[in-house]
Amino acid sequence: MGKFPDIRTQLGNYVDQLVSFLDSTLEGFFDFIYFVSSRTINGIDDFLVWLPWWLFILIIIALGWYFKSIIAGVLYGGFIFLIGTFGLWEDMMTTIAIIVTAVIICLIIGIPFGIWMAFSKGFSQVMRPILDAMQTMPSFVYLIPAIFFFGLGNVSAIFATLIYALPPVIRLTELAIRGVDKEVIESAQSFGSSRWQMLRKIQLPQALPTIMAGVNQTTMMALAMVVIASMVGASGLGEQVLVAINRIDIALGFEAGISIVFLAIIIDRITNGIADKFQKHRGIN
Amino acid sequence: METKVKLEHVSKIFGPKPKSVIPMIKRGMSKDEILKQTNHTVGVYDASLEIKKGEVFVIMGLSGSGKSTLIRCFNLLNKPTDGSIFIDGNDIVSFNSSQLKKVRQEKIAMVFQHFGLFSHRTILANVEYGLEIRDVSKEERRKIALENIEIVGLKGYEDKYPDELSGGMQQRVGLARALANDPDILLMDEPFSALDPLIRREMQLELLDIQERLQKTIVFITHDVNEAFKLGDRVAVMKDGRVVQVGTPEEIIEAPANDYISDFIKDIDRSKVFQAEHIMIKPNALVSMKDGLKVAVKEMEENGISSVFAVDRSRHLKGIITIDDAIKGIKEKQSLEDVLQRDVTVVKKDEFINDLIPKALESMFPLAVVNEEDKLIGIILRVHVLSGLVSDDVNESKEYHG
Repeated sequence: MGKFPDIRTQLGNYVDQLVSFLDSTLEGFFDFIYFVSSRTINGIDDFLVWLPWWLFILIIIALGWYFKSIIAGVLYGGFIFLIGTFGLWEDMMTTIAIIVTAVIICLIIGIPFGIWMAFSKGFSQVMRPILDAMQTMPSFVYLIPAIFFFGLGNVSAIFATLIYALPPVIRLTELAIRGVDKEVIESAQSFGSSRWQMLRKIQLPQALPTIMAGVNQTTMMALAMVVIASMVGASGLGEQVLVAINRIDIALGFEAGISIVFLAIIIDRITNGIADKFQKHRGIN
Repeated sequence: METKVKLEHVSKIFGPKPKSVIPMIKRGMSKDEILKQTNHTVGVYDASLEIKKGEVFVIMGLSGSGKSTLIRCFNLLNKPTDGSIFIDGNDIVSFNSSQLKKVRQEKIAMVFQHFGLFSHRTILANVEYGLEIRDVSKEERRKIALENIEIVGLKGYEDKYPDELSGGMQQRVGLARALANDPDILLMDEPFSALDPLIRREMQLELLDIQERLQKTIVFITHDVNEAFKLGDRVAVMKDGRVVQVGTPEEIIEAPANDYISDFIKDIDRSKVFQAEHIMIKPNALVSMKDGLKVAVKEMEENGISSVFAVDRSRHLKGIITIDDAIKGIKEKQSLEDVLQRDVTVVKKDEFINDLIPKALESMFPLAVVNEEDKLIGIILRVHVLSGLVSDDVNESKEYHG
């Protein structure tokens, strides 16, 4: 009596068919994306590995010094050196390459979407539930279509990371553009600014500190995807963690894990510092 | 004087179907009723104004009276629901967006209550903004911006950011930014309300000073009666979205259109509104330099006064003769010139009573009022200065009691 009736919807199948359909009809498009992203990742990776290790550490120290303090800079440099002593230098570079690529693509897609949402109420209402779903859907699920489209490897990792890490930058861009002081907008209008001038010279610069907060969040979420993404063949620190799990290797697991923590701290503090620099002089009118 | 801006039956209603509300107002429904029944807000209803070239036109009203809504119609930040706005004879309400952009870029600039500065730009870049979007060359706009920064007294602050400046200085930037565009019309939306009283007074004087030099047409919004009457050549009073009276400050004080306005101006400091020419009397008796002392004595006796001003043929003031000096002079066979006292206090006809008080107290003689050509046009007795300070109804009640 109380048993659920024997009705079966085929939602999963439809999605399956959709993905297959996309895969076959948009093959050229996916190939193009694959080509561009793998080139970008490899390019950044090769460059980072090519850099002399001491120069990379110096750059990190300089960034920490400029955006935070000299102590922070030295500390971050120490973290990086430590990761090197774990024998994870090249894995770290691959992870950084993946994150940087993912974040760049996130910004390229996310900022225009955020702007569009700020200007169109209708579009914003349509996008909001989609963004919610993107953030709450277990991130493992994204791995499946990623393999379909891009096969195993770093590009799939980027794709999965993208879906997971995109919402904060979109949301915060929308929020930031909407949040620009009304009188500032009016005064720009009163001088006869065109819409493009308004956006480029007033709204985006005014919104930048908040957008930077979005970049920070997006970067952290991309980093959080590192281990999960390694399940579809992403190399780097995440892969080492996965290997450690399979081998029940506590030592490797801890070293790779703490390396990710170090990276997280450094990236978070530096992007935060950049946001603070932008924040200066952009206080409430 | 030629008309610069003309508003004809301008209404601004906020809500989903603003036009539908107009007939309801015409039938006499109040703002509150309309809000309740239709969820539309009546910002401004049926405002008709004519603003002349070069005048400071103040729109005064309490908060919610629609004055800020109205001033935003002048540059179409608010597009009127109904009515026309003519600038130099062209109805800007009918303009397309590129024509409107041109008007905003070239003819009208606005100063905002909370300054509306671009916090991510330096002071120089803020002032340059209006020129930048008009594609004025870099050197040119820098030059113009620096000039205007100097006009408002902020030289040396070019490379600072707005948040490094005090409120008063920030509003100077707002003013410089508006002036840099060299607009014909300057819209000022409660520009000094956010400033403390001392700075406000200073800014008011400076605005008058700048206005004297640049001769812009200024539309100025305020809720402060004293500010309105101090700055305004003419003042419009608004209530519940309607313009209830337009006139010079003196006209409004002398004949307030209704109780609302009399209430509004009750606290006005008359000494800062009325000027010498409003309280002076026409000199009944005057002697010319070529007249003798006997004529002077006769003039004084006939008019029952104890001193008389002496002027030359073109009515320029020469001095004053007292009755005692004149009689003594006749006995000693002196000429009019010999007994003439020259330490007469001369005041300009547009000096405020406020400034006349100390002069009237110090001077032994009546004050002499002169016009722009230094010709004597009136005299002010001490009693006039004092009676000029009290309003008519106070006068009446005094008489009634006593």
